[in-house]
Amino acid sequence: MIDKSLNNASEAIRDITDGAVLLLGGFGLCGIPEASIKALAERQIKDLTCISNNAGVDDFGIGLLLKKRMLRKLIASYVGENKEFEKQYAASLLELELIPQGTLAERIRAGGAGIPAFFTPAGIGSDVAKGKEIREFDGRLYLLERWIKADFALIKAWKGDTAGNLIYRGTARNFNPLMAAAGKITIAEVEQLVPAGALDPNHIHTPGIYVQRIFQGESYEKRIENVTISA
Amino acid sequence: MLSKSQIARRIAKEIKNGQYINLGIGIPTLVANYIPDHLQVVFQSENGLLGIGPFPKASDTDPDLVNAGKETISMVKGSSLFDSAEAFAMIRGGHIDMAILGALEVSENGDISNWKISSGLVKGVGGALDLVASEARLLVAMHHCHKDGSSKLLKECKLPVTGVKCVHKIFTDLGIFGILPEGGFKLLERAPGVSLDEIRSKTEGKLVIKGEIPEMESFD
Repeated sequence: MIDKSLNNASEAIRDITDGAVLLLGGFGLCGIPEASIKALAERQIKDLTCISNNAGVDDFGIGLLLKKRMLRKLIASYVGENKEFEKQYAASLLELELIPQGTLAERIRAGGAGIPAFFTPAGIGSDVAKGKEIREFDGRLYLLERWIKADFALIKAWKGDTAGNLIYRGTARNFNPLMAAAGKITIAEVEQLVPAGALDPNHIHTPGIYVQRIFQGESYEKRIENVTISA
Repeated sequence: MLSKSQIARRIAKEIKNGQYINLGIGIPTLVANYIPDHLQVVFQSENGLLGIGPFPKASDTDPDLVNAGKETISMVKGSSLFDSAEAFAMIRGGHIDMAILGALEVSENGDISNWKISSGLVKGVGGALDLVASEARLLVAMHHCHKDGSSKLLKECKLPVTGVKCVHKIFTDLGIFGILPEGGFKLLERAPGVSLDEIRSKTEGKLVIKGEIPEMESFD
């Protein structure tokens, strides 16, 4: 089996350069590639395009990259939790493209699956439809949406093996498996990295073919955005 | 006039046995607290879960288990987990029976506006655009008026539209409204103690009141 394991995040992200297009997994702060993001924030890179469901918070997740002004463009479905983002957007330091969440997911899935475009009902009648081809199928209107691919996909799983096979936990799966397939170079970070053969093939969520590099992150913070409890 | 939790309690009565339901952020999230025990329903979270359970005890919070509002949750027995593309395949593919969403505005022909907008910046829409375009029955839970007193039930939406002709019913603090096929808010029930005059004065779009309008059962 091919060994794709690396020692740490900085080794894994070493060749990300100015202007790169990145896919970053996670929903809010759940299932984000926190080790890769931290390592990236330590480098001097600029003009990144980041594609992620959200923008992180001010001092965690993509917020760390925003703070260092490393982004030129953000493509997301919702950016409500980040003041630094608002500041830079208001000052025109940053471009924003908002995409319906399901369309974002499917565009990334299409990118990984070799489907250049598809029709979806989401966005008909809204600003999302502006400038896009609309076609009627069986009496309903649909929008043409394009695939999304990226130079690098930074993703996070719970367990992985040296062959790049991945298992996620809970709702931390979200966009990670889709992005794994849509990155030219996919960098997976895991909480537990085991030798190939140690994971049951029946339980693999992301087959190793989609993963080019894998490492075990150190001391995961796994911050919770909104702690809600019942009495 | 109903409180947020009373609106949620009233909506809960619309839910039928065996339904798969997506709850939006805000008042809709509260609906889960009022499902009668004899009903078997499953709540979907579009970040990848069927089977949302109650909020966990403080000792059981799990950073890998959150709902679409990024709040810690639990899973009921028989839950399943999946990725975001699968979650929206369920929505677009017509497998989710009902969606209950908040809104900033609804128009008399059933258009909805619920982009999150604050201090002039559109912050996104999350999964709402996909939900309103699906075939799920769409119920809206919202206050009847904005904080400045202006109506949220309009002739035409003033804010950017999320979906067109998609709302089935609206539940506000003043009453319940259907959308007529030819356009117009049809008053179905009024909240306890709310007069027809108050509803008329606070509804900017075309309001249709036909026959005797029942008052909702009280909530105690």
